[in-house]
Amino acid sequence: MKHIVIIGGGIAGIETASALTDAGHWVTLIEKDAQIGGKLNNWSNLFPNFTPVEKITDELKEKCRRKDFSILTNTEVNSVLRNKDKFSINTSDNQQLEADAIVVATGYELFDARRKEEYGYKIYDHVITSADLEQLFKSGEKLTVAAGKIPKRIAFVHCVGSRDEKSGNHYCSKVCCITGVKQAIELKKHLPDAEIFCFYMDLRMYGKHFEELYREAQEKYDIQFIRGRLSEASEKIDKSLLIKAEDTLSGRPLKMNVDLLVLLIGMEAGKGTAAAATSCSIGCEESGFLQTADSFLQSNISMQDGIFLAGSCTAPMTVNDTVLHARSAAQEVNNYLQKTR
Amino acid sequence: MEPTTFIWPFTIGLLFISCFLVIIVGIWISSLSRIDKSRIWHNIFTRKSLESLREIFMESLLHRKIFRKNAVLGYMHMSLAFGWFLLIVVGHIDACNHFQSLSVPAYKAIFFRFYISEAATTLSGKILAASMDLLLVFVLSGVMLAYFKRLNSRLFGMKKTTQLKIGDRIALSSLWLIFPLRFLAESVSAGIHHNGSIISQPTGNMLATLLPIHLFEMPLWWAYSGSLALFFMAMPVSRYMHIPVEVVLIFLRNYGIRVKKRISGFSRIQVYSCSRCGICLDSCQMNHAAIKDTQSVYVLKHIRNRNITDEKLFNCLLCGRCQPDCPVGLELNDLRITQRIESTKEYNSSYEYLKNGKVAVSPQTEVIYFAGCMTHLTPAILKSMKEIFALAKVKYWFMDEDKTACCGRPLMQVGQYEAAKKLIEHNRERILASGAKKLVVSCPICYKVFNEDYALPGIKVQHHSEYLLELMAENRLPIHKLPMRVVYHDPCELGRGSGIYHQPRLLLDEYTELVPMKNEKEASYCCGGSLANIKIQMNERNQIRDNVLDEYLGYQPDILATACPLCKKTFAKSNKLPVHDIAEVIYMAIQQKNISIAGEIKDEKVPKVEFWR
Repeated sequence: MKHIVIIGGGIAGIETASALTDAGHWVTLIEKDAQIGGKLNNWSNLFPNFTPVEKITDELKEKCRRKDFSILTNTEVNSVLRNKDKFSINTSDNQQLEADAIVVATGYELFDARRKEEYGYKIYDHVITSADLEQLFKSGEKLTVAAGKIPKRIAFVHCVGSRDEKSGNHYCSKVCCITGVKQAIELKKHLPDAEIFCFYMDLRMYGKHFEELYREAQEKYDIQFIRGRLSEASEKIDKSLLIKAEDTLSGRPLKMNVDLLVLLIGMEAGKGTAAAATSCSIGCEESGFLQTADSFLQSNISMQDGIFLAGSCTAPMTVNDTVLHARSAAQEVNNYLQKTR
Repeated sequence: MEPTTFIWPFTIGLLFISCFLVIIVGIWISSLSRIDKSRIWHNIFTRKSLESLREIFMESLLHRKIFRKNAVLGYMHMSLAFGWFLLIVVGHIDACNHFQSLSVPAYKAIFFRFYISEAATTLSGKILAASMDLLLVFVLSGVMLAYFKRLNSRLFGMKKTTQLKIGDRIALSSLWLIFPLRFLAESVSAGIHHNGSIISQPTGNMLATLLPIHLFEMPLWWAYSGSLALFFMAMPVSRYMHIPVEVVLIFLRNYGIRVKKRISGFSRIQVYSCSRCGICLDSCQMNHAAIKDTQSVYVLKHIRNRNITDEKLFNCLLCGRCQPDCPVGLELNDLRITQRIESTKEYNSSYEYLKNGKVAVSPQTEVIYFAGCMTHLTPAILKSMKEIFALAKVKYWFMDEDKTACCGRPLMQVGQYEAAKKLIEHNRERILASGAKKLVVSCPICYKVFNEDYALPGIKVQHHSEYLLELMAENRLPIHKLPMRVVYHDPCELGRGSGIYHQPRLLLDEYTELVPMKNEKEASYCCGGSLANIKIQMNERNQIRDNVLDEYLGYQPDILATACPLCKKTFAKSNKLPVHDIAEVIYMAIQQKNISIAGEIKDEKVPKVEFWR
């Protein structure tokens, strides 16, 4: 029986593990956190149809319980050594694992919004990120700001830490446009009297039902989309925020007072993926995401024989893209193990 | 012996260069402003002229500043300059002594050895002849070193040496030929007439045993005279113009004349005073981004030749790091800015929308606070300053709270002088109308222009690092030391630009554990974010920044402190090292908040937004 080690217990890792177990392999999943499920655990509902995250995570966890593969939580990979077709993996709790193949599914990290200091995240009271908002959605029903006030005007800023030369990330994080539309609608449902503005560069509604949701946001929920990036925000005495932007469609500078500012933060490869790139000796692209053998037919193949890639460690991905990418990774591993038998 | 024909190339060359210099220096001086001309008249018969002579001796002849950089490089320059100078002086004394006359024509001194057919008989004559031989060897050692420098500049502490154009090549080749030819000519004459001294005589005798030297005598003296003539003729189109022009520069500079915003005779004098030694090349951080043709030495050359392109002129951070290294003490930054003003078309800058309005400030106002646009983009600095003002109970008027016109410095840096003047006038009127006596600025870019280009009589302009130090000294700020290793990055406009090195250090020393660094103060780096460069690419900026950060990381600091919002933003982008403005550091120290190694402020603000349960 062949043994496969999967690094990362998010959706990509779990899905790959489950598919490889089905194919009759022995799989070990290594997760650095105490629980599996990755960043999805912190989310509330998923675009484009507001599916509660639990529907996905419960099913994934159910797979973990039902299927026969081992999970090492609170564990990180220290080093990976190759000996011909075998890999020897040393973990942070000094276990030695022997594997015939490795799948890297280390995922992404959220952009640290403090790096865009001009938006005042963690400096001003009422600037939050899209991830913070999901946490708030998870926690209750009604939203308040200073002194129990219900926010009347809310602004979303798209592309925070994505497509931004100044923060060093040139790429598009792919999920934030539609996340903004989804969250704006959710907020409007919570606060029907609030005015909601989205400041965008352009909106990339590429996925199934995305464009429809965007249209619904405008027609049904009266959310206003302004093409223009925020230049800065400043806090007033009442803790509301004065934001400055340019409406590039009308060609005018614009000042606006809002009660809440939501930053739609992008994805970065992060430390886990960087560590995996080093320990496995596989290359990174300029963006920090892992290099794939090609983008069409070998998007799960790394620069090292026997090491495979799954999910958003290769590029920003939505949940459904990640699941599909994980399954194709399992297929590639299976083919590889058949060949080396 | 009567003059022979070979003296003519030399004599014509000398006449040519003398006339040329008188005319061109005359034109430059006559184009100076009336104030500058009166500066000359008022100072010419004062100690300043003597000081200038002393400076000329120390710098133009001994090259003291180059010695400090590298002893071999200093020796090379000194042997050529001081050695040649002594050859001329001692040669004249030798000739005067021989001919027993005080009015010996130049050619007789220069070609003295040709004109004498007997050996020196007097003791003074012998000593002078021996000195001339030794001096020539001294100069020749410099020529040899110059030769090696072209082959390998690293031996001289320089990573790079300048690239030469045709005029320079002719002048350089003739300069290198002058002294070996003189040595050979004198030795051959000594071999024929048996009248040499300690070195030329043995050399002459040796040559006589090997060659029919009488055939070589005249051609060698011709060649020597010709190489001198060639050098003089090539001088106006070569870098060696710096030799005479630097002398003029030193006098004018000591009389208090400086480069202004516009090109003038004095800025031309500075441009011609550049010896293109290339010492400025090594300190330039553009090298870190593989940009190697925009450095001061090249830009001055193109300004002089009137073929400067915007690509080179504007691809510079104006960090001024080359300036302290310049052995001639040229105002490299200001020279570049004057040329930028000259090369820039003024854009339509009516600024009609700027309304001065009424400035209503309470008479108790102690301080005008001007944050500046970059500080508005770094709200952590702004917030710290506001909290500190509140803590020290300072009555202040926040002049640009709702934003005001720009300070004008970024426009000035890119040559938009007329536009900058309008903004300066607008802000100036508002500052004066407030009636307050102190202007505190958070951005060094603003600080420099407020200090230098705003006429604000009776108003003290301070950067917040100076001001916070003052508050601390007046016991208006509590002191709590943070147990953190801090390295301090000097912002260019505050440090080299305005000479504020000590105040931020005194503050940080009081509130943190400040770690000294090798490249600080005058030698400090630029962060790479400078607004003055409008040609550089973002990835090139990042290379410059990362180079600096890598060096800082070597000191294993907990945080990097700076005193400029632009430096902070530039460094913060890299994520390599937590970076904070000095105002933030002081505020955190007062609050006794520790910053963890990862740079996170413990018990930092969590966004206060919640759902009702």
